[in-house]
Amino acid sequence: MKILVPVKRVVDYNVKVRVKSDQTGVDLANVKMSMNPFCEIAVEEAVRLKEAGVATDVVAVSIGPEKAQDQLRQALAMGADRAILVKTEAAPEPLAIAKILKKVADDETPEMIILGKQAIDGDNNQTGQMLAALLGWSQGTFASKVEKADDGLHVTREVDGGLQTVALNLPAIVTTDLRLNEPRYASLPNIMKAKKKPLDVKEADDFGVDLAPRLTVLKVAEPPVREAGVKVESVAELVEKLKNEAGVL
Amino acid sequence: MAVLVIADVNGVDLEESTRKTVTAAQAIGGDVDVLVAGSGAQGAAESASKIAGVRTVHHADDAIYANRLAEDFAGLIVAMAEGYDAILATANTTGKNVMPRVAALLDVMQISEIVAVEAPDTFVRPIYAGNAMQTVQSSDAKKVITVRATAFAAAGEDGSAAIEAVGAAPSAGVARFVGEELTQSDRPELAAAKIVVSGGRAVGSTENFEQYIFPLADKLGAAIGASRAAVDAGYLPNDYQVGQTGKVVAPELYIAIGISGAIQHLAGMKDSKVIVAINKDEDAPIFQVADYGLVADLFKATPELIEALS
Repeated sequence: MKILVPVKRVVDYNVKVRVKSDQTGVDLANVKMSMNPFCEIAVEEAVRLKEAGVATDVVAVSIGPEKAQDQLRQALAMGADRAILVKTEAAPEPLAIAKILKKVADDETPEMIILGKQAIDGDNNQTGQMLAALLGWSQGTFASKVEKADDGLHVTREVDGGLQTVALNLPAIVTTDLRLNEPRYASLPNIMKAKKKPLDVKEADDFGVDLAPRLTVLKVAEPPVREAGVKVESVAELVEKLKNEAGVL
Repeated sequence: MAVLVIADVNGVDLEESTRKTVTAAQAIGGDVDVLVAGSGAQGAAESASKIAGVRTVHHADDAIYANRLAEDFAGLIVAMAEGYDAILATANTTGKNVMPRVAALLDVMQISEIVAVEAPDTFVRPIYAGNAMQTVQSSDAKKVITVRATAFAAAGEDGSAAIEAVGAAPSAGVARFVGEELTQSDRPELAAAKIVVSGGRAVGSTENFEQYIFPLADKLGAAIGASRAAVDAGYLPNDYQVGQTGKVVAPELYIAIGISGAIQHLAGMKDSKVIVAINKDEDAPIFQVADYGLVADLFKATPELIEALS
């Protein structure tokens, strides 16, 4: 089985982003960039499925700037076999990303595509579901467990009330939640080896997909600031204030 | 102009979040209809018909909607989409699962997790884990939107909409429900509770949650929440997680115990009316958003608090 793993280059999750003063976006100049954490979990799961003998090939793909090669090299160092960069300096929306990924999937014919459930920049949580729709495939989103079974793929999903398990016909889409696995750190020898693994670079414009955004960003603002309140000295004072000042008890 | 709201059906009952998403739909304008899909969810359809301002409740009653599988549910919504200028669902795990599939099938770029409606085509939504608020204008003729329910007030319950049965759409036949492990609890539901008591990694273990956090919650009639660190450590199951990638809550009173206040957690609770933080680290970021902060050891302060409330 071949597994395709789309990954995204985003602001590192430890960076505290700042809104630009002209409110056109957040300031990304000289900010550390990394692989989206949910995408790392996706790569890890694909590599584990390969190590378990379920998958034969793991292909990482990113749609993004030239620099996204860094994240693809990381995926290769974690154990992916080869990588594809679909290059664009524009930041396409999830719908356009899903359309490009559909064309990549048409070429690569994977049996499974594993994606992060959301990217920590746009927080859209859309691409995997959209790709499943465009391909007409089943989807197991927010996965905390993925198992190959005789009747397809069993995916345990993190849902509001607890956990739900679905059986999916293959080919299928899986999107990862936090507790699916703990991604490995790439070892130095594997980082060196990854430099020799194949990485194809393609131009997004050659895919014949309309990349024009459907949403116009009018403004990006700071969130409303919540003022710090008071420190209380004791539990008794806390209860008194909650009863008499805040009126919530 | 007409807007379709996808009802939140929990088994066979209507969830309160539906009334909040109806409020968001009313802010967009036009006639508001509600789609109730389920298996034997007549009661949910009747509850939906009482939501103030709703024109028509469409009720799809079929076994294939019992577990809201995205593949089949999306097919139904797409079949209903004609005649609507916008389709809204609550941004819970069902809405997040189903709506992008609907959007792609309609060739629409979804607007995720809106917190405000500025105009019928313009919406505000959080990005970067709530560190920035983005205002976007959609050029799609039909809008597909998920709604952060805690940002909207619940619509009233004095309506009397007609209920119309709609047939099931053909099943996609690519996925089936195997089973579920739902958390059984007599406590209020986390997303709808008036009071939430949350514990962090400092609580230390499942046993400590049971010994310190649970009795306080029960004393207050509160729901229980947890930080991502506490859930990752295995102290509580995933559905207790409050935060940007967990549940977003906005109760009257939020009590954070042994939670440092990572931005990811704050994004999930900072719209609470009153926030109390109990933490022994006086520099913990949680104190920057807390109305009342108590610098104390949670293992001493929590029993004292239970005692003081008795």
